[in-house]
Amino acid sequence: MNLDFSDDQKQLQDQIRRFLSEKCTPAVVRSGLEGGEPFARDLYRGLAEMGVLGVAIPEAYGGVGLSHLELCLAAEELGRALAPVPVASSIYLAAEFLLQAGTEAQKKAWLPRLASGESIGTFAFVEGQGRMTPDKVAAAVRDGRLSGAKSPVPDGDIADLAVVAARSGAGRGEQAISLFLVDLNGPGVTRETLASIDPTRSQARLAFEGAPAERLGGEGEGWAIASQVMDRAAILMAFEQVGGADRALSMARDYALDRMAFGRQIGSFQAIKHMLADMYVSATLARSNCYYGAWALASGSSELPVAAATARVSATQAFQHCAKNNIQVHGGMGFTWAFDCHLFYRRSNALALALGSLSTWEDLLISRLQGANTQAA
Amino acid sequence: MDFDDTPEEAAFRAEARAWIQANAPTHLEAELKRAGFASSGIDSEDPMAASKAWQKRKAEAGWACLNWPKEYGGGARTPIERVIWGQEEGIYGSLSSPFIIGHGMCGPTVMAWASEDHKRRLLPPLASGEEIWCQLFSEPAGGSDLAGLRTSAVKADDGSGDWIINGQKIWTSGAQHSQWGLLITRTNPDAPKHKGLTMFFLSMSTPGVEVRPIKQANGQSGFNEVYFTDVRIPDDQRLGAVGQGWEVSLTTLMNERLSIGSGMSTGFPELFDFCLQAEVDGRPAVDDASVRSRLAQFAVKQSGLKYTGMRAITALSKGETPGPENSIGKLVAGATMQELAMFALDIQGQSGAIQDESSPMNARFQQMLLRSPATRIEGGSDEILRNIIGERVLGLPGDIRVDKDVAFRDIPTSGRK
Ligand SMILES: Cc1cc2nc3c(=O)[nH]c(=O)nc-3n(C[C@H](O)[C@H](O)[C@H](O)COP(=O)(O)OP(=O)(O)OC[C@H]3O[C@@H](n4cnc5c(N)ncnc54)[C@H](O)[C@@H]3O)c2cc1C
Ligand SMILES: Cc1cc2nc3c(=O)[nH]c(=O)nc-3n(C[C@H](O)[C@H](O)[C@H](O)COP(=O)(O)OP(=O)(O)OC[C@H]3O[C@@H](n4cnc5c(N)ncnc54)[C@H](O)[C@@H]3O)c2cc1C
Repeated sequence: MNLDFSDDQKQLQDQIRRFLSEKCTPAVVRSGLEGGEPFARDLYRGLAEMGVLGVAIPEAYGGVGLSHLELCLAAEELGRALAPVPVASSIYLAAEFLLQAGTEAQKKAWLPRLASGESIGTFAFVEGQGRMTPDKVAAAVRDGRLSGAKSPVPDGDIADLAVVAARSGAGRGEQAISLFLVDLNGPGVTRETLASIDPTRSQARLAFEGAPAERLGGEGEGWAIASQVMDRAAILMAFEQVGGADRALSMARDYALDRMAFGRQIGSFQAIKHMLADMYVSATLARSNCYYGAWALASGSSELPVAAATARVSATQAFQHCAKNNIQVHGGMGFTWAFDCHLFYRRSNALALALGSLSTWEDLLISRLQGANTQAA
Repeated sequence: MDFDDTPEEAAFRAEARAWIQANAPTHLEAELKRAGFASSGIDSEDPMAASKAWQKRKAEAGWACLNWPKEYGGGARTPIERVIWGQEEGIYGSLSSPFIIGHGMCGPTVMAWASEDHKRRLLPPLASGEEIWCQLFSEPAGGSDLAGLRTSAVKADDGSGDWIINGQKIWTSGAQHSQWGLLITRTNPDAPKHKGLTMFFLSMSTPGVEVRPIKQANGQSGFNEVYFTDVRIPDDQRLGAVGQGWEVSLTTLMNERLSIGSGMSTGFPELFDFCLQAEVDGRPAVDDASVRSRLAQFAVKQSGLKYTGMRAITALSKGETPGPENSIGKLVAGATMQELAMFALDIQGQSGAIQDESSPMNARFQQMLLRSPATRIEGGSDEILRNIIGERVLGLPGDIRVDKDVAFRDIPTSGRK
């Protein structure tokens, strides 16, 4: 048994961490927040050149051809650095959709461009408030043309390609839903950037009026494929969350050592010390659950759906917990625009909703444990 | 990254499994399986006799105290093999509970500090369960603050070199069943508190030792008060130098951490089963949205602990020493178990208050409710564990101490003026 990454993988992680600590400066992270570009274009190019974007994409499609384990560690570093880049949309989701369900031609057309960062992909799924269900999908494709609207779409304002979940064919319920590739630079697409709680990763509303759409995967299989791919993305996202939680914890620890009040370091007050200990506990539990997820992802285990929901629930809570208490430890300073605490707080709460809310994933986890239970019986 | 055995591990597992299948007390399986919480579940025979019989059989075949050297009654196996053994032993492992303190803490301390003669005399019967040990550390004045202990050891004035012990220990688990005790005392009240301590071992039948069971809050009597009145201990039963007792006690406490991978239970699997069976408003409890949310919360804690344990085992197999980060196991398990028990009773509605044969799952959740407060105190309270994580893992400053560098006899003993 070995529940750890290899030395080579850790070395790669170190390399990515060093690159990000040099290039992903606070000014870069804040650019979107201060009304600059919606994402850090140079940083994204740098990540592509390092092979981070294509790390888990096979060489035949322009990737590096390593495994998802390397991608997990890259995700952790992107989370730690609060990198304002569309890796989740383009790599964990769009590329993963192509790998799981694309035809040879679709993979050849898009994967090299996603791996090189030349194009950005995203997943256009949600329509409006609340948990997504098949009934809520109003967007529809007729004769290869998509009409309807998707909102919010992460990175929808900067993406070139969207995987869109839409109604088509005669199926009912989940079977009514299929997936389509839509070139967002083509005709029939309008985009509108949306204001959000975390401007370091942009969100948009996409409206489609007869936009050309090419089916990805079988007719009526869209819901099933999406749920499979979202599980995979959830594990990668959980690594981002754990990276963020870790960083929020270490900021809080450093501040607790520096800051003096009542003639002593605030870290010597048990109220603060125990708060930090609890942050460490939740971050550690989440990390361990993520390793379970990484194993399931890389080994193609049938436990993947359980592992994904477990990692996701655990990491969502850990990041929210560490980010909110990081502000608390910083006192008044934590509530200033100038300190970075709020960036982690924003990101932790945005990631908690990306891919579906905490309560959605809690519910999925229990359904899957029930399924595993009946199988075992 | 994998959960597979290496070929050597697989061979060991097969050997262990075969031996267990051929030798385990299978006639007790049903009773052990329906055991509630904090009880052995055995009523067809004396539970202690059943524990001793299984331990003896294991020792004779070399499966007891797997990581101890053979000459001291152990199996000379690797830490990983010990973990694999635990997985294979399964519910029969619960028969070992009377020996946990002896095997996990007293034995390793004796191994590190006793003379060769003593080790050969004391360790094999400890390994085989023929002799039981208890840990005589906590006192009315010092539990968390162990170094605040007051039981005194004074050199006898007859030139024999013997020590005379007077004082009181408390919360001593299993003292009523023990042949031996590991005893920490104060030999110098003029030194600062950590410097004036000395460790001994003694036979519990030494004249002047009196064990009085304490009835616990849950009605059981697992722990005791132990009184010492002019108890005479020969000097060769001293472990470590005079005044070195604190250092010796750290061996004991550090070994608590080494028993990782045993995977502390939170009670989640049982709760999940219960929620599949139980009904809320005519539907299975698990169909209720609020139940599902709570279950998910417990599930990720259980799984987080499980995989944290596996990461620790991975580190151990690479030759790393388990550190203070392993404090999270009991911290999370104790609090989770307590909340989980309350939640299980909540699902039972007003009937949750009843603890009898009609209570679901042999009243396991009622028992868990009443036992779990102790888990959050014994072996380091939640607060002490948070201090350890804060200070030893995260590197935060220690508490500002008012009792350091002061002669022990000058430290105040009561908060009331
Ligand atoms: C929105 C806002 C408006 C404000 N308006 C005003 C105003 O109008 N006028 C004004 O004078 N001030 C104002 N303040 C300042 C506010 O009173 C302080 O921020 C607050 O008292 C905390 O002090 P601090 O920021 O120096 O944090 P610190 O005192 O440095 O505290 C940092 C952390 O250490 C903890 N800590 C500190 N001491 C202890 C202790 N003894 N035991 C345990 N934990 C401890 C704190 O709880 C906190 O978590 C405002 C603050 C905010 C956020
Ligand atoms: C079921 C059970 C079995 C036990 N078995 C044994 C045994 O076999 N042998 C043995 O020697 N002992 C045994 N103990 C004793 C156990 O180790 C002590 O109860 C424990 O260390 C706490 O000490 P205390 O009871 O004196 O509480 P105290 O130390 O008085 O603590 C009271 C409260 O104050 C808190 N506190 C104390 N110091 C600090 C601090 N520095 N910072 C923050 N909070 C603090 C504690 O967390 C606790 O909440 C057992 C206890 C139990 C409950």
